[in-house]
Amino acid sequence: MINLPLLPILIPLLSAVLLMFFPKRIKVQRIISMAGIAGTIIAAIVLTAEVKANGIQTLNLGDWPAPYGITLVSDMLSVLLVLTSSILTFFIVWYAIIYLDDAYERYFFYTGVMFLLTGINGAFTTGDIFNLFVFFEVFLIASYLLIVLGGKKGQLRESIKYLLINVISSALFVTAVAYLYSVVGTLNMADVSQRIDELGSPGIITVIAIFFLIVFGLKGAIFPLYFWLPGSYSAPPIPILALFGALLTKVGVYSIMRTYTLFFYHDQGYTHQILAVLALLSIVVGVIGAIAYRNVKTIIIYNIVIAVGVILYGVSAMTPAALEGAVFYLLHDMVIKAALFLLIGIMIAIAGASHLNQMGGMIRDYPRIGWTYFVAALALAGIPPLSGFVGKLLIVQGGFETGDMVGPLLVLLSSLMVLYSAMKIFMNGFWGTPKEYHGEKAHLANRLWVPAAALVLIAIAYGVGSEAVYPFIQMAVEPLIDPAVYIEAVLKE
Amino acid sequence: MKNKPNDLILQTVTTMISFIIILFSIHLFFAGHYTPGGGFIGGLMTSAALVLLLLAYDIKTLNTILPFNFRMMTAAGLLISVLTGAGALLFNQPFLTHAYDYFELPLLGKTSLHTAVLFDIGVYLVVIGVTMTIIQTIGESE
Repeated sequence: MINLPLLPILIPLLSAVLLMFFPKRIKVQRIISMAGIAGTIIAAIVLTAEVKANGIQTLNLGDWPAPYGITLVSDMLSVLLVLTSSILTFFIVWYAIIYLDDAYERYFFYTGVMFLLTGINGAFTTGDIFNLFVFFEVFLIASYLLIVLGGKKGQLRESIKYLLINVISSALFVTAVAYLYSVVGTLNMADVSQRIDELGSPGIITVIAIFFLIVFGLKGAIFPLYFWLPGSYSAPPIPILALFGALLTKVGVYSIMRTYTLFFYHDQGYTHQILAVLALLSIVVGVIGAIAYRNVKTIIIYNIVIAVGVILYGVSAMTPAALEGAVFYLLHDMVIKAALFLLIGIMIAIAGASHLNQMGGMIRDYPRIGWTYFVAALALAGIPPLSGFVGKLLIVQGGFETGDMVGPLLVLLSSLMVLYSAMKIFMNGFWGTPKEYHGEKAHLANRLWVPAAALVLIAIAYGVGSEAVYPFIQMAVEPLIDPAVYIEAVLKE
Repeated sequence: MKNKPNDLILQTVTTMISFIIILFSIHLFFAGHYTPGGGFIGGLMTSAALVLLLLAYDIKTLNTILPFNFRMMTAAGLLISVLTGAGALLFNQPFLTHAYDYFELPLLGKTSLHTAVLFDIGVYLVVIGVTMTIIQTIGESE
């Protein structure tokens, strides 16, 4: 089956199209979307096994040979991300089925989610820089629909900001691709990498590298381009927030990871230094936000910025250990962020408000939710043996290897602050004097707990079984360390 | 409707022009494979003809002439395109691989039949569906 790399993109696309035919039949919508995501997960698992057994899989769409046609490239990094995204979407949609009102479900919510998954999986899989832009647009347009769905006042305000930011960054993206094309004359990522190397990486490549950093930094929310994130992400309802928070920024992070290891690895003293500084500043700003706010949504949203900083710091160090750490932490962060968003979603559903002052003592009536949150918070901060630990350990180790003292210490210090910010929610929300709660969706709490707990369970398994996961991560990092592996697989020379 | 604007000229011309535009758009659509044209520009031109009808008459008239749900049309177009691309999977060829051959057809003579036309029909329907949905949504809110 040579089309295997395509299936995690094609299955959600096909289900999205099918869903468009029955917008008002909620049951059919739910069944098709869950079945579609399940199919995507199965395809992703088979693909992962295939990549593990036979190395990088490529597919030249329309049978046009690389580097002329569009190539899909599934290396271990991309399939792991595709697999994680599909699994997360499954649980988030499950949660959404319980959580969302009928009005959402009738107005193309599931179609939007499936197109979002199509775009995300496509962006992770494509081996063509312009096609990456196209897939960015696919998931962005789906996200425009999802962020504005419901049409509340705050949502409309934030969606205009979100739309503007993304339209501008998309325009910059095309411009950056055009610059790159004018220098190297090709769009196939493997071919681009090869030609940059042949050209001896002239100075203009460094300019383009910074251009790409701005573009992906806007999507991935690094300092100082994260300003739109806290506002826009707090507007839509929790399941959509979980989708965005767990997946969308990570596509930006993945793109930086890919371009900075495949294209722009020549002038590391400049580009990777900037990346490192911005990553560390993102950590600092994220920590300040996470500690300062008392709104549970905002606290976790600022934790996204911290995580992005930690991952990109690992990328900037460019040592094998740091890259392994970055990939490890990236996967961990996707799962745990989704789990945390779903859990605070339950808290908000119970309390009917998202501010910590209106919560307290929930552990009395909802002990299961409390302890699940506690475990998730520990995993977020990276307490061993939970999943954040190994990733951070490797990143810190890689940072020290480069001789940098400030970065690793900052990463370590940030873990402490992350723990504090997450525990703040636990102590103020679950401990303390119980209050009277009037949340309209409070009766759903125990049903909502199931998908959230499943995600926490995955996070625990990921941490405890890191020994088993490690070979996969090692394989994912191979093409990042040595671009020749990637180039050879695509161009088959 | 007391102050009905006098748009007799526009309406008369539109009834003729819109057919010419649609015919030309169909020509463009079929020209698509080897010369400039194709599903996208064909669809755009067809929707231009429909928008002209919309301007000269109103939404109700258009809905009587073309009683389609344009959202369904978009979905159908997408489905056709995706399935055409996915058809290659059955033959274990890469997605979007197309096939063509020459056939002797009555009237037309030796003609090249290409599966890309099916894909383009999908694109054509999507473009009309999306354009008309946008225009109608804007129009309804007035």
